Amino acid sequence: MSGDPTLERIAQGNGLALCAAGSWTARFAPALEKMVADAEKLRGSRPNIFIDVSQVSKLDTFGAWLIERLRRSLADGGIEAKIAGLSANYSSLVDEVRRIKAEPVVETRSVTITGMLEQIGRSVAGVGGTLVGLIEMLGAVLAAAGHVLIRPRGFRLTSTIHHMEQVCWRAVPIVVLITFLIGCIISQQGIFHFRKFGADIFVVDMLGVLVLREIGVLLVAIMVAGRSGSAYTAELGSMKMREEIDALRTMGFDPIEVLILPRMLALVLALPILAFLGAMAALYGGGLVAYLYGGVDPEAFLLRLRDAISIDHFIVGIIKAPVMAAVIGIVACVEGLAVQGSAESLGQHTTSSVVKGIFFVIVMDGVFAIFFASIGM
Amino acid sequence: MAGEISDAIIRVRDITVQFGKTRILDGLNLDVKRGEILGFVGPSGAGKSVLTRTIIGLVPKVAGSIEVFGVDLDRASTAERRGVERRWGVLFQQGALFSSLTVRQNIQFPVREYLNLSQRLLDEVMVAKLGMVGLKPEVADRFPSELSGGMIKRVALARALALDPELVFLDEPTSGLDPIGAGDFDELVRTLQRTLGLTVFMVTHDLDSLYTACDRIAVLGNGKIIAAGSIADMKASKHPWLNQYFNGKRARSVVV
Repeated sequence: MSGDPTLERIAQGNGLALCAAGSWTARFAPALEKMVADAEKLRGSRPNIFIDVSQVSKLDTFGAWLIERLRRSLADGGIEAKIAGLSANYSSLVDEVRRIKAEPVVETRSVTITGMLEQIGRSVAGVGGTLVGLIEMLGAVLAAAGHVLIRPRGFRLTSTIHHMEQVCWRAVPIVVLITFLIGCIISQQGIFHFRKFGADIFVVDMLGVLVLREIGVLLVAIMVAGRSGSAYTAELGSMKMREEIDALRTMGFDPIEVLILPRMLALVLALPILAFLGAMAALYGGGLVAYLYGGVDPEAFLLRLRDAISIDHFIVGIIKAPVMAAVIGIVACVEGLAVQGSAESLGQHTTSSVVKGIFFVIVMDGVFAIFFASIGM
Repeated sequence: MAGEISDAIIRVRDITVQFGKTRILDGLNLDVKRGEILGFVGPSGAGKSVLTRTIIGLVPKVAGSIEVFGVDLDRASTAERRGVERRWGVLFQQGALFSSLTVRQNIQFPVREYLNLSQRLLDEVMVAKLGMVGLKPEVADRFPSELSGGMIKRVALARALALDPELVFLDEPTSGLDPIGAGDFDELVRTLQRTLGLTVFMVTHDLDSLYTACDRIAVLGNGKIIAAGSIADMKASKHPWLNQYFNGKRARSVVV
């Protein structure tokens, strides 16, 4: 390996030779750039300058470009600097670099306050577009469902069952575990506070109503949005990136019918099942804690539960599940199809699928609460 | 087989690679000379990409040794390995550009990581690299998803060349390009090899590339190098696959 690069100035009559030596390569580029910048200041000082590169032991694009930069900037100062002593090995590289136009390409992105405000404005204006997009997707899915009803052969049973396995069967352990724990926590907190009034047994009322009406289905819906909504978005998004969806379309298949309908159907069937299992697990957890921590024995618990809740509570809870599933599925599919070419875009849309999914689930839950209150259930 | 070459930049000895029970490479030997363009051919699925990926270190091998720039990659320390990796560039089959970075950022990425350069020099050298691969500076701020297939290959090559490597691996660089584009690409590889003094390891299926760009050809079959030499050697070979490949119908149309 040859040593550090140098650029010496040697006066020759009324001219000046800039003698480059050593290894003019990327490794030494910062030092080289400084030397070249110093040498550029020479312009105008001498009538003629030439650049002697015969001592250069190693040259790469970085070095060649810096020599070329020096030559150009001297030329701008009216000095036609010749490059001398170029070895045959490197002459083609220098020629290649000389062909390059160095118009500065300025990076166009910048962060300004107006830019940030514009961004905020655009996202607010985009809310309307999001809603329209969701309704469009709902319409498209219903149309595809109608189409399948007329022509049942177009229904993809295998695909639906595959997605049922992914979304429902494989979600059972985690859903049951989490709802069980939440049931335990509700029960423990209830007993802890109700005990002050000697109203231990009312924990059963609270647990039953809360779990069956609200927490069971809401918690499961949020878990499903995080678990399956994100998966749908990522799957559809990467298929979109690899032009698989375009491929389907050119073969005469409707991507909504082939990809989205089975996924939606799987989700709509899965969420009530998961919500039911979740509610049972939460009640079991609550009952267990009531027995172990509160001393409410199982028989008393079941008797009280029978009195406290009616079938209405269960129906109110379970009726919400398919609607929430549809909302999660539609949000996930819209986001999946909106993915652009980059990995970053895939990440953004997956995030927004989960965030929007959870948001809409909670909004729907509120709407249902108002509805059921007004019809007296 | 490949013969002992004293000035080998890559020296592959007896490497064996298997996935599960299927043996892909079986005691393969290969030397790549400094400054040559080696064309690497073989039937689809013979393991050309596997060999490339094994040399680069992406696929683990069961046995054998690989030396690149005289460094045994199995015995090298992390720092030595880094040093070797800095001196090679890889062009993946699909380009493998970072999709969330612009062309400019893609090309500058390795440079920025390894060297501490001014933004001005980074930009100028980026434009120089784009020029070398025949692209205009205007594409610098586009994202990979906004490029055509040929442009992706070119940008990927520019990125592979970003650090002025001594050795580049090209995995099917001309696949998916039209014949004119492919011809230009071959020309480009030749020019770059001359100007930058590159050694090129090129996996290809393109007979035109083999004729116009490559100095030497190595043929993979049954997990071994079945032949290595010039195009004339290949045509003279009696091996049935080689005979069919180089003297078949498609080949004849190339020679004219």
